[in-house]
This record gives sequence, structure tokens and C-alpha cells, in this order.
Amino acid sequence: MSILVDHDTRLLVQGFTGAQGTFHSQESLAYGTKIVGGVTPGRGGQTHLGLPVFDTAEQAQKELKADATVIFVPPPGAADAILEAISNEIRLIVCITEGIPAQDMLRVRTELDRSSSILVGPNCPGVITPDACKIGIMPGPIHRRGHVGIVSRSGTLTYEAVAQTTALGMGQSTSVGIGGDPIKGLDFVDVFEMFLADPETESIIMIGEIGGTSENDAARLLRDSRVKKPVVALVAGLTAPPGRRMGHAGAVISGGDDTAKAKIEVLRGAGVHIAPTPAELGTTLQAVLRG
Amino acid sequence: MNIHEYQAKALLKSYGVPVPHGIVVQSPNEARDAAKSLSGDLFVVKAQIHAGGRGAGHFVGEPACSGVRLVKTPDEAKKAAYEMLDRTLVTRQTGPQGRIVRKLYVEAGCAIERELYFSMLIDRSERCIVIVASEAGGMSIEDVAEKMPEKIRKVAIDPSLGLADHQSRELATRLGLHGPQIHQFAEIVRSAYTAFTALDASLIETNPLVVTKDGSLLALDAKMGFDDNGLFRHKAIQELRDPNEEDPREQEAARFGLSYVGLDGTIGCMVNGAGLAMATMDIIHEEGESPANFLDVGGGASKEKVSAAFRILLGDARIEGVLVNIFGGIMRCDIIAEAVISSCREVGLHVPLVVRLAGTRVEEGMALISKSGLDVIVATDLGDAARKIVAAVRARRAA
Repeated sequence: MSILVDHDTRLLVQGFTGAQGTFHSQESLAYGTKIVGGVTPGRGGQTHLGLPVFDTAEQAQKELKADATVIFVPPPGAADAILEAISNEIRLIVCITEGIPAQDMLRVRTELDRSSSILVGPNCPGVITPDACKIGIMPGPIHRRGHVGIVSRSGTLTYEAVAQTTALGMGQSTSVGIGGDPIKGLDFVDVFEMFLADPETESIIMIGEIGGTSENDAARLLRDSRVKKPVVALVAGLTAPPGRRMGHAGAVISGGDDTAKAKIEVLRGAGVHIAPTPAELGTTLQAVLRG
Repeated sequence: MNIHEYQAKALLKSYGVPVPHGIVVQSPNEARDAAKSLSGDLFVVKAQIHAGGRGAGHFVGEPACSGVRLVKTPDEAKKAAYEMLDRTLVTRQTGPQGRIVRKLYVEAGCAIERELYFSMLIDRSERCIVIVASEAGGMSIEDVAEKMPEKIRKVAIDPSLGLADHQSRELATRLGLHGPQIHQFAEIVRSAYTAFTALDASLIETNPLVVTKDGSLLALDAKMGFDDNGLFRHKAIQELRDPNEEDPREQEAARFGLSYVGLDGTIGCMVNGAGLAMATMDIIHEEGESPANFLDVGGGASKEKVSAAFRILLGDARIEGVLVNIFGGIMRCDIIAEAVISSCREVGLHVPLVVRLAGTRVEEGMALISKSGLDVIVATDLGDAARKIVAAVRARRAA
């Protein structure tokens, strides 16, 4: 078991023929992901990477019946691509695109809440279940199948957690990048619920950052959950100045309870172990597991 | 992106929000002429900087002189302008270094009956646009939230329905407005909402929104912020950018699509990914030194982008060392390595450089760096990289 994706996941690629779509589809195919085709409006009927290209997700779904889609469409059309995937009832939508206007995402959220689709992202590295299915832009070879569930707001910091748990021989059940935007799909609480219910996931690493309160919501969920699994967390941005957007649209300290320090306190209060530095995610978890 | 008060007022006025008559000036004589043409017996001269708290702020060396001055005659307006222009204004939002005032906004004064607070922003936990209003206007909303939270009223706007007028009328009555003011308030909220959605705003704030002695509503102050991700579809808004209000290093970075925030330390950082960039700052602190910047070269950065990032870092006179920390996903390590090598040759490396590469095509990247013959300190992981750059910077200082 794992969460969100496995061996049988049939993946569609929206923005298939662009430079990013092409490069990362090649990488995913080489990893063993079952990509079944792609969508690029105006390129329907062509073949790309040996796979069929469609003008619309509707046409693609008639033939392919994909259960997941990954979006590499540039920001002006990315929200529309998500809406297209929702309206074609694709179960899992992973949006990699960075820079989608927040108000576009408000519309997406409304449609999403009325549907049964799950959105991961935008502005995220994607989802991977090692040796089974890689959806997104994470480097495949650093992963190894194991029992640590990883959930993160940051792309490259996710890779840190992955590389460290792989180096220590623990490996990952599934790694989920939820993305750095303020308005997004899955949040920490949603992924925690999945990890807590997943028998293959025995422990969890969470990577949060400044801005917003979703780490605090996650802490509440962990505190109240009947299922307990060891959780190690890192909150990036301890030294970030307030009021400045630190790259991610969502990483701005704007109140008081959204600083790294405040979040760390709340997480500690919920029994979460805090990694002292980003270089010690793996060793902290190892120490916790050894008791 | 933020804009000046006078720009925000012009925009909001074009959408139907009532604002006082005003004129932007850049010299004392222009201030006098502006007051003359506005006519009346009360004028307000307001410093135009991208920071709040101007009324309670003061000019450096002039503790009695604030950033908002009430004057009675055109000659007094001229004198006030003389005391404000080209001087440094310090407010609770500028930090102790303050901001130089280059423009003033001269407005006709009005007789105030009541001061209210009104704003509109995107609430990330509610996942919608919310209106925040208060009967306690004219003071900092943070202070109101702390001291009398019961006076803060929030209304959420359903993204699929949009703003409903009854929400505005209900809010108006809760703020103690009555009679025609209720309709005026609803009109202001509707205009602000139209502007907010049409322009991809992230914030519209009027503090205070006043009820004048003759019973009408007027936005005496206005502040607007815009979603950087939405700017691509608003050329006119992009042109309102004031380069004087921005760090030159940040502007240079923005030209190349880099995300850069200047900080006070001496170790330059070039990292891919915002989270990793913040974590790199944190770990440098942990090792006892301070980062000079936050710099995210982003995903899929080109060689040109990386070279630009490198030039910005090495062009900063305070830099004592550079840490490149790349975990390639979209970003390929061989491209980073090539860019780092060519930039070092081009710009000339005068400080210690630690490079840590991991992820996509890391072997190719490391091979390029070792073949280059450059004096680069190679690190294996994040902790190693932080320790090495701190040690190198300290060794250089001691030498």
C-alpha cells in the first residue's frame, strides 16, 4: 500500500509537448510510470514520445480513461487546465506550474470542493511512490521504497528529506509535495489523514514553512488523532524577515502565529519531534524510531 | 507589488470609490500651487512612500515633523513641502533606516464626523476574498485587533456567487451607518470588489474611510497591493511600479525572473527552491554567521539566469563568501555547474565559494566543476556546505 498513486496509476500529461512536459514525461516514463497520453490543444492526432496527443482532456479521457493527470501548462492557462481536469472527473490532479494568480485559484477551489477530484499543488514537485509511480519533477534515483511518508510545502527541501531517509536505509512509502502557494489543493491535514490510515507508512516527515496556519491545523489533527505515528517536522524560515515574500507566494509572515518559531511550538505541543536543522531530518527520525 | 497612495486613489476613483481631490507634487512651489488650485481653507500634505504609519512617523532629525501635515494656506503647504521633500521619513513600517520622500500628495481637507476602517484581501484559510471593517478607524488595525477584537468585522465573499449587496448593507448597519450612508457604503464595497477582481489585487485598504460632517463617505487614505502572479495580465499596473521604493539588487534580480530578498549578513546564497533557500539561511545562522540574501533561482532556470544570479551576488560589496546549494529536480546540476564556472571566469571570484550539488545529473555537474580548475570548495550535503562556507569566511577574515 501507499497513498494517492501506485503501480496501476494511469497518467495523462496536460501540456505534454512543451519543453517541461516533454523532459519530465521522459523522466517519468524511464522511472516506470504508466503515462498513457497527453493533451496539447492544437496538437491532437499527433504522437509524442510514442504516445497519443489529444486536443482536449475530454477526448483523451474517452480513449485513455486515465485516473491521474499532471499539469505542465504555463501560468496563464494553468488554472483552466485544472478546471478542465476537474470537469472530466479525473481522480487525481497534480499541478506543477508555479505562478498561478491567486484569484484563479479561488475559482479552482470552488469547483474542486464540488467535485470528487483531488488536487496536489500548484507550485509543487508532485507525488511519488518509489518503484511504482513518479508524477512530477522530483529526481527519481534519490528515492527508495520504504516506510516513511513525506509531506512538504517545499520542492527541494522534500528532496533533502528523501535523500536523507534513503541514505539511512529507511526509504519512503509516498512523498507528497503540496506546494508553496497560499490557495492550493491538498493541505497537511489531508495528507496526514491518508498517511495515518496507510499501513505501509510507519512514520512521517513534515516540512512546513513560514506563512499561513496549515502547520497549526496539522498539529491539531495529530494531537486529536487516535492513530499515532512518529512525526518529525522542520519549519523553514526561522530567520526570514516579517512582511517579505520569501519566493513562494505563500511564504510571508503576516500575523504572529505564522512565524517558524510559533509553528514549531504548536507542533511540539502536539508531540511532533522537531529536526534542529534541515540537514538532520533523517537522523532525527532515526533517533525517534530507535527510541 | 505595492503602489503609492495617490496611485491607489486614482485607480479606486476610476472604479467609483469617492476620494478627496488631490494633486501629486515634487517641489515646494508645486505644493503651494496645488493648494491654490484645490481652494478651501484646509489642506493635507502627505508623504508618498510605500509604508504605513506615516501620520505617526517622523523625519530624521525632526521629531516634531510627521509624514502627514495639516495646513491652512497655500504658503503653509509650500513650507510643509520644503520640510518633507528629499528627507528621510521613519515610520513603524520602514524600519529605523526610513525612506526618502520624493513625492507629496496635496489634498483638500474635510470636516470629519467619524472614522471607519475598510479593507479587502484574500484570506488563505477561508479560501476566499474577505472584507474586514471596523468602527475603530484611523488607528492601526493591528492595534484594534489586539485591544478591541470585538470591533473587527469580517465578511467572506463566496467565490462562485461574488459579492452580494446585502452583505455590504448588513456590514454598514453593524458599523453604525444609517440612511443614505448605507447605500453609499454598499456602492463603495461594490466598486472596491470590482477593482479587486479586475486588477488581481491582493489588498485594498482605506484607513480611515470617513463620514464627513455633511454625512457622506470618503476614502481619506488608500493602499493597494497586487498579486505578483497576476501582474502579467495588467500592463498598466506594472507601470505604476516605483523603482525608488525597491532594493536595486531586487530589481536586477526581478529582471531575470529571480526571486531575491536582500538581508543584512555577509554570506551570499544561491539556492533552487524557496523552502531550501530559507532552510539554507536558517542553517547558516545555526552555524553562527548571517546570510546576505534569500535567492531562489527557481525551477528550470537557464544558464543566463544563473549567471545573472551570480553577478548580483558577487556585485554586493558586503559579500564575504558564496554558498551555492542546488538540489536538482527541474534544475539540472550540469547546467548549474556550467553557469557557475562561466560566471566565476567572467565576474572574477574574489571570495570563497562553496558548491553543493545534488539530484538530477549531479555526477555530470560535479565532473564539470572538478575539471574547471577553479578554486571551488565542494560540499557533500547541506550541513557540510554550511560548515564549510562559515569556516572559509572566518579563515579569510582572520587572514
